[in-house]
Amino acid sequence: MPTTAIADKEIHVDAEGFMTEYDEWDEDLARILASNIGIDELTEAHWSVLNFLRADYAERGETPTLRRVSATGGVPTKELFVLFPKKPARKMAYVAGLPKPVGCI
Amino acid sequence: MQRILILGAGTAGTMAANHLRKELGSEYEITIVDQDETHYYQPGFLFIPFGTYQPSDVMKPTADFLRKGISHVNGEVASLEPAANRVLLTDGRTFGYDHLIIATGTHPTLGETPGLDSDEYGKTVHDFFSLESAVALQEALKEFKEGRLVVSLIEMPIKCPVAPLEFAFLADAHFTDLGIRDKVEIVYVTPMSSVFTKPVASEQLGDMFEQRGIHLEPDFYLERVDAEAKMLVSYDEREVPYDLLVTVPINMGASFVGAAGIGDELNHVRVDPGNFQSPDYPNIFALGDAASLPTSKAGSVAHFAMDTFVPNFVDYLLGLPMKHEFDGHANCYIETGHDKAMLIDFNYKTQPLPGKYPVPGIGPFSLLEESKVNHRGKLAFRWMYWNLLLPGRHLPVSSEMSMAGKDTDLA
Repeated sequence: MPTTAIADKEIHVDAEGFMTEYDEWDEDLARILASNIGIDELTEAHWSVLNFLRADYAERGETPTLRRVSATGGVPTKELFVLFPKKPARKMAYVAGLPKPVGCI
Repeated sequence: MQRILILGAGTAGTMAANHLRKELGSEYEITIVDQDETHYYQPGFLFIPFGTYQPSDVMKPTADFLRKGISHVNGEVASLEPAANRVLLTDGRTFGYDHLIIATGTHPTLGETPGLDSDEYGKTVHDFFSLESAVALQEALKEFKEGRLVVSLIEMPIKCPVAPLEFAFLADAHFTDLGIRDKVEIVYVTPMSSVFTKPVASEQLGDMFEQRGIHLEPDFYLERVDAEAKMLVSYDEREVPYDLLVTVPINMGASFVGAAGIGDELNHVRVDPGNFQSPDYPNIFALGDAASLPTSKAGSVAHFAMDTFVPNFVDYLLGLPMKHEFDGHANCYIETGHDKAMLIDFNYKTQPLPGKYPVPGIGPFSLLEESKVNHRGKLAFRWMYWNLLLPGRHLPVSSEMSMAGKDTDLA
């Protein structure tokens, strides 16, 4: 896996820039990842989604789908599109430091 | 006497019942429950809208495919009580079991998408995932001489993930043959960022869309259908107008799965992807589309899974560890129109790649490449399905995916 340097830290990423090591992520990194994709400020609403994603991944070992975030995480899909415009499934996984969602097979 | 109860007499349930009846002695009672007395060859539904198949080509009595010694119950499951090892039917009958195999599939669920289930369903809004809807679409296509045909994939996973692509290709060929292709616009709407889920196949299929003038509308996550205005509306307020809409509704597993607490958000049964056992109840297994697996929902997966499931299940019955691990092997023919088709072959870990199948370097089928031989393979498969696959006879192909014959430079 390639690595990339963000804020003086070497982190492992895949070819599309999704982090591949769960434990290399922290909140400062999340802010930088967010700004990389045009989200300048992480609000409380963003954090609640990111925290759900991190916790759900830790428990189940896979990046949750949009449906799971809305059904189990309680954030309506409509809101996910506002928080992470256009491609919420990919964007929230990217900022949360999780593998790209499989979601679709 | 131990009781094995199988729910669902579709592709997976029928195969499992027949294989297990062959393997197990009379000390095991096998009962299979299905609400339908007709077995449908679901891959054939795709051909009905274009008049290639008629309804009689895709239906036969369920009972004809069940071996002697299997008791066949016609009824609909109302609920499952996994802690009590009991299944209740809607007519009030109750079945206890020692071992349960859930093979109730996955089904288009219109009610999940606001506006989809309107008076327009069967008129300007269609799908082709049941015999009735495929026949209604055949009528609609006969009338459709110009305008905007939109094929809309709403959410993954769906059964037969290549079906909407095939529909778009066959529609292109159909209107070309009628000499009215220039009067029909074909638009393919998908929540994915490209035509297909896997990169190498997606690039190839994307090129084929371009060559055929099929317009791709990617990253479109459908929120609702405005059937009056004939408009698809996405969660981020994008709009796609249509004259004729062909949808792939959201696919969900049986509601009793969700109610029993053993499913995911879409009521697909959570299982170990290697052996199909429920992590919640070790005497419950799920096969085929009913299971939540990281591979395609397709009959081929159920078929390839049998070779590991059957010996595993026999070991499980004897209290032995299950030694066989399913690799997620799937293969699908993709009809591309004008009597040609592609074939893709993949598993949990390896995406579809170009090459030859099933004999490396020889074929006769070409992977990720259009050919007439592939199309004939798809048509011939219907015979194999009825005569070999469902009765539980062996097909002359390996169940485990092989890397031989594949171009791995592209992976």
